[in-house]
Amino acid sequence: MSDTSKTVKSDSPEPEKAGTATKLGKTEGVDETQDTVAPADDPTAAPVAVVDPRLLVREEGLKGYLTEFKRKVKGGELGSLPVVVGLIVIWTIFQTQNDRFLSADNLSNISYFMSATGMLAIGLVFVLLLGEIDLSVGSVSGLSSTLFAVFAVNHGVNPWLSLVLAVITGVAIGSLQGWFFAKVGVPAFVVTLAGFLGWNGLMLWLLGDSGTINIPSESGPVHLLGQSSFFMDQAIIGAYLLAGLAVVLSLVGNLNEQRRRKAAGVPFRPTSEILLRVGALALAAFVSAAVLNDAAGVSNALVIFLAALVIVDFVLRRTTYGRQVFAVGGGIEAARRAGINVPMVRISVFAISGGFAAIGGMFFAGQTASATLSAGGGNTLMLAIAAAVIGGTSLFGGRGSVWSALLGMLVIQSIQTGLDLLNMNTSIQYMITGGVLLGAVVIDSVSRKSQKAAGRG
Amino acid sequence: MVHVSATPVLALRGVSKRFGAVQALTDVDLEVHAGEVVALVGDNGAGKSTLVKTIAGVHPIDEGVIEWEGKPVSITKPHDAQGLGVATVYQDLALCDNLDVVGNLYLGRELLHRGVIDEVTMEKNARELLSTLSIRIPSVRIPIASLSGGQRQVVAIARALIGEPKVVILDEPTAALGVEQTAQVLDLVERLRERNLGVILISHNMADVKAVADTVAVLRLGKNNGSFPVKDTSHEEIIAAITGATDNAVTRRAERRTAEAAQ
Repeated sequence: MSDTSKTVKSDSPEPEKAGTATKLGKTEGVDETQDTVAPADDPTAAPVAVVDPRLLVREEGLKGYLTEFKRKVKGGELGSLPVVVGLIVIWTIFQTQNDRFLSADNLSNISYFMSATGMLAIGLVFVLLLGEIDLSVGSVSGLSSTLFAVFAVNHGVNPWLSLVLAVITGVAIGSLQGWFFAKVGVPAFVVTLAGFLGWNGLMLWLLGDSGTINIPSESGPVHLLGQSSFFMDQAIIGAYLLAGLAVVLSLVGNLNEQRRRKAAGVPFRPTSEILLRVGALALAAFVSAAVLNDAAGVSNALVIFLAALVIVDFVLRRTTYGRQVFAVGGGIEAARRAGINVPMVRISVFAISGGFAAIGGMFFAGQTASATLSAGGGNTLMLAIAAAVIGGTSLFGGRGSVWSALLGMLVIQSIQTGLDLLNMNTSIQYMITGGVLLGAVVIDSVSRKSQKAAGRG
Repeated sequence: MVHVSATPVLALRGVSKRFGAVQALTDVDLEVHAGEVVALVGDNGAGKSTLVKTIAGVHPIDEGVIEWEGKPVSITKPHDAQGLGVATVYQDLALCDNLDVVGNLYLGRELLHRGVIDEVTMEKNARELLSTLSIRIPSVRIPIASLSGGQRQVVAIARALIGEPKVVILDEPTAALGVEQTAQVLDLVERLRERNLGVILISHNMADVKAVADTVAVLRLGKNNGSFPVKDTSHEEIIAAITGATDNAVTRRAERRTAEAAQ
């Protein structure tokens, strides 16, 4: 699935086909006919103008992609390159250490267990896009699972209603923290650090002496998110249906965009590139589907995680709200002057982060069918932040994509599962995960520096 | 310059603004007609920026009237000014570095197509706008961060035009630019005038003012200190009004004498 990001990312290279350069060049010439030679037979073809050497021109064909790729890497626009390379390295290392690592069962495990922390990472992507941090997501996820258990088990509330209540609580907590940050002006780091402690304390107080509340997992949301719940009850066709859906939607969307761009006379993606992209997506999707089918099927938790990614990606890239989030992350003053309600965006982003943390907490509850003292503790928070950053969302705000939650979680969960397979104990796991997080942040900072150097900071 | 309209599109009558103990503006008048470039000049602290901020709705006025096409209006927040048709390009440009040119041009007023941001139409319009203004940038899809200072300035000005404004306020548009970029921006100001927009140009650079402005309004210590038609006014007269060189013991005595003589 790692290729999805490439096909859906907003900042993917536009196939300018030198159109920009020639069109802009055209406007420059007062006496256009002198320096341009327009092909007479094709009115749509841009005249060959004298092109400013500083303009970005992409040559056609494979060579054009290669030069553009080189230019981007040199300019520090690494995109998902580090994470893909990292994933290959990690998988190679673990596979050589233990040949069960790339087995269908283990890959299925990775896909299931990554969805819980992945949900937290989705919320964090929003916060990171603002250039802020939310340290409370781990505690909020633990509190959410406990609240769910208290409502559903101790008070006998309908499980689905309990789920809704738990998520609403998460949103409310996020809004409260966002309010302190946006309206009172307390640094987000400190507010959420207080939340990290406070909400964890509330969870411990709610759990009281018992320490653990077991949640019946025969039905309801906890069953749905459990490890034994699969898309379309393990039907072989289920996984392929999902893969097919993704491919068809991507193809239709791309062709539709191409048609509209053609009609409007702006640069569009050539059909060959669309086919290449959709082909790559199809390959990744159907291979994943085959592997998961080989194990047990696609877990519902993964399906929900992927659906959340698609929805959030759409919101961030295609709606006014998403644009506002990026704008606030890129320049508060600019956003404010453009009439964007900056405090509202900040509060809502923290509310979204709290909401996703609560949903992630439900996923954790689904994994263990219980609410425990350790829920959301330990390295949950670090892993979620690491996932978002490893996936390519910048800590400095304004740059990133929600697909980084998926890519980052693939890396993180691969490491976790791999170390478990090798029977490494927690101490080693913490050290390695810490190292990976540091590595991701270093890559982020270095690429930012080279972006500055290349005039793209 | 022949004024197209008799009624000024924007007029300030007796505007005052106070920040705590500081009286930033006292009884200031200003008129801008359609198709007119009004240069607003004055020393540092003369109140130029405060004046444009009152027009842009950043600082509501304390006293006085703002008239829009002859009718008094109240401008209390930036949104009011935008709604009337006042577009402001601030000195710091206020562009989002991470968004591309199209995203910045349409920031805060994205075009929607079935509830979804209509990138295609936005890109099309952006290209058309930039080409009618003869603005040259590498691509409308690269982040602002990769543009030069002059390119950012013209993008910021182009952005002001997206909302079809009637009055454009430019706060020191050439302050940080080189020779060629300055000329480009001045060309752009003239194109705004050709589009029949009212332009308020804040500048310290007398050469720029003389080059493009029709009228020079001088502020000194938060008060009007004269408004001159550029054609009939010498460089020195404007400088004198800015620095207050005409306002000293000698001239005050001369004024008293003429007043006494008149009695």
